[in-house]
Amino acid sequence: MFKALIQGLIITAKHLAPSKITTVQYPTVRLKVSDRFRGLHRLVPTQDREKCVACYLCPTVCPAKCITVEAAENEKGEKYPKVYQIDLLRCIFCGYCVEACPVEAIEMTGAYELADYKREDFAFTKERLLK
Amino acid sequence: MTPELLSLSNNWPLFLGTMILKILVVFVVVILMVAYATWLERKLIGHMQTRLGPMRTGWHGLLQPIADGLKLFFKEDIIPAQASKVPFILAPMMICIPAFITMAVVPFGPDLVINNFIIPQQITDLNVGILYVLAMAGLGIYGIVLAGWASNCKYSLLGGIRSSAQMISYELAAALSIISIFMLSETLSLRKIVELQMEPLWGVFSFLPNWYVFTQPLAFVLFVVTSLAEINRTPFDLPEAESELVSGFCTEYSSMKYALFFMAEYANMIVVSALIATLFLGGWSGPFPGFINILIKIVGFVMFFMWIRATYPRVRYDQLMFMGWKVFLPLALANIVVTGLVVVLLQ
Repeated sequence: MFKALIQGLIITAKHLAPSKITTVQYPTVRLKVSDRFRGLHRLVPTQDREKCVACYLCPTVCPAKCITVEAAENEKGEKYPKVYQIDLLRCIFCGYCVEACPVEAIEMTGAYELADYKREDFAFTKERLLK
Repeated sequence: MTPELLSLSNNWPLFLGTMILKILVVFVVVILMVAYATWLERKLIGHMQTRLGPMRTGWHGLLQPIADGLKLFFKEDIIPAQASKVPFILAPMMICIPAFITMAVVPFGPDLVINNFIIPQQITDLNVGILYVLAMAGLGIYGIVLAGWASNCKYSLLGGIRSSAQMISYELAAALSIISIFMLSETLSLRKIVELQMEPLWGVFSFLPNWYVFTQPLAFVLFVVTSLAEINRTPFDLPEAESELVSGFCTEYSSMKYALFFMAEYANMIVVSALIATLFLGGWSGPFPGFINILIKIVGFVMFFMWIRATYPRVRYDQLMFMGWKVFLPLALANIVVTGLVVVLLQ
């Protein structure tokens, strides 16, 4: 019995070493997220406009129904999204929109600090998603 | 002119002044140690669980005790409608006061000679010091039982009943384990016990002091474990077992009253460490000047108690009672018998 008690004490004493600490001092020190982390969406731009061709595959596949797309045609005759909006309050960050996209126009970044003060601020429009 | 003991002299203003000064110094030091014991505990247990503990308030959270105190001070003070008001208010004081006044008999340094007066570095050198300590330990129970009863809450009541059973059973073993100490020292005064421990070990080995931990290792272990149980520290913190009793006897308390329970817990821990250091580890004697030695020993024991808290799970109630009555009590009694035999045979 005494052996077990002392073994227990030794285990906790070993954890005292500063190298054992797993806590990260969050706001000052941040962990690097994994490459495949599913954070805030980003619309991929080309030279003059977004890559998106407004094919409606992402709003179709979206299980949370958080993506709004309105298609239009520009002067070159290309199809482009006049409106592309993601409601982050509904989004579940499943990444299906990225998987569904045939032209790789949408991707997910590592941004995870998405708290905000107003409901309107969670509606990410095309301009915000292109940043 | 030979120096005169200040308490026996006719210079009463000086006597009164030094007494008040000593009381103030000891009280303030104990309060500060209580405050920083909470910080130390959070830090130590945090690191043992590979966390950091408080880091934000001040450098490495050093201002955390002050922030906690301020927060508790400004919290709403709730007295339950069905509670008995007077005992409810009295209970936190009754648990706090015995914890603090036990410090009065602990010597923390050699005698000072100032102006031909001997001033002992101890608030009062009672010739029944150990009895006084045991009496104060006994008084400490009333606060908890009263808090449990006055709250008019089943969890508090269960906590109070448990603590009375626990403290009564363990007080016996703790008291019996110290008896073997004063069988050897033949005095109950803590100052004399410390002086006796400064002599060479058994009068033979000059490189070791005559600390009673060498002569009475069993009594030392018994006293450490039973005093852990008596001050309701883990692994014997059944009176406030949060997984069973919400938080036991202090369930209904809030604000500064709750803080008093907390302070009493840590003050008890410091007092018990001081007593262990004084009775078994030579008190203030050691390589450093006076009070630094006993401070080191106290902080060492406080850290050991925190280490225990970080390691062991709580014992079950039947295990607690079994250990108290069937293990520690017979061991303490056997220790007394053996010590008595050896003392008689060596005479």
